[in-house]
Amino acid sequence: MSYTAIGIDAFALVCLIASLIKSREKTGWALKIAFNAIKRIGPSVLTIIAVIGLIVGFVPPRWIASAIGGDKGILGVLIAALLGAVLFIPGLIAFPLARSLWDMGAGVTAIAAFITTLTMIGFVFLPLEIKELGKKFTLIRNGLSFITAIAIAVLIGLILE
Amino acid sequence: MTEGKTEGNGRQVPRVPWRKWIKWDLTFLALAAVTAAVLFLVFPDKGQITRHVWWEYFKEMAFILPAVLIIMGLFMVWVDRSVVIKYLGQGSGLKGILISLFLGTLPTGPLYVGFPMAAALLKKGARVANVLVFLCAWAALSIPAELMELRFMGWKFTVARLALTVALIIPMCLAGEFLYHRTGAGKSLRSED
Repeated sequence: MSYTAIGIDAFALVCLIASLIKSREKTGWALKIAFNAIKRIGPSVLTIIAVIGLIVGFVPPRWIASAIGGDKGILGVLIAALLGAVLFIPGLIAFPLARSLWDMGAGVTAIAAFITTLTMIGFVFLPLEIKELGKKFTLIRNGLSFITAIAIAVLIGLILE
Repeated sequence: MTEGKTEGNGRQVPRVPWRKWIKWDLTFLALAAVTAAVLFLVFPDKGQITRHVWWEYFKEMAFILPAVLIIMGLFMVWVDRSVVIKYLGQGSGLKGILISLFLGTLPTGPLYVGFPMAAALLKKGARVANVLVFLCAWAALSIPAELMELRFMGWKFTVARLALTVALIIPMCLAGEFLYHRTGAGKSLRSED
């Protein structure tokens, strides 16, 4: 069990106890909201986990490497950004992969684009984001994140190259 | 004629569009399960990594999701709308943006946990730009991931990318809010509960 989980569980427990002391009725409502939320998002969250497992297990890092390292120009940056947006790769795999790409001579811009869209955008998360926040919000957040990620990558390229 | 079918007593019953009665989340889950089954059959030797990742992420979900949703429930019940509006609402300005940035950076687990939290903030009266900042910070600025980036990519790359991310997220989210209010009235939030 990670420290994050322990911290959050402890915090939730403290809040729950404080709430129970103040009002049983309101705590009941809160738990009902939480329970409804679990029912609502449960299937989507399980799907996210299922797809992440499939990506990690069945998309060989070498494919990603050859796709990103392939083109040195702006096309390479776009491909890297798109791959980062579509895939979800845990940091434990993504950062070593990015490092090895860098060592192999891939452009900094493409690597930065890949890492930034990887963190900011997740196609895996889209159905859940739409469900919770609506289509408009989701489209705007992901669309603008993509543009911003490209801007960040281009600026990093200018700074570091 | 295409809008509904006529029942025995002649009353028009509005037909629910097929996109509404399909349970999309269950459909996607079933699709993922079928895909997994096929891949496991075709590449039996690769299934082990997938099952390991599934187990790790499932544990993470089991330990974090209920707690976060309980916190969200308590937030909905106890925190007054006026408080959220004061600190994160339309008039909260730079302070509101910084609070959102801070809230999003707290180490609170995977992105899927952030969506119901963001929806709760929006329902309580936080402005769209702040909710966008909150989610983008949640996605892009997690401390464990940054430590890993530092280790593998070096401090120059990491610092440059982080500084640019923080600097660009803010104007991006303000632009996002502008677009959100400008574009079609469309249904923007769930209206039940």
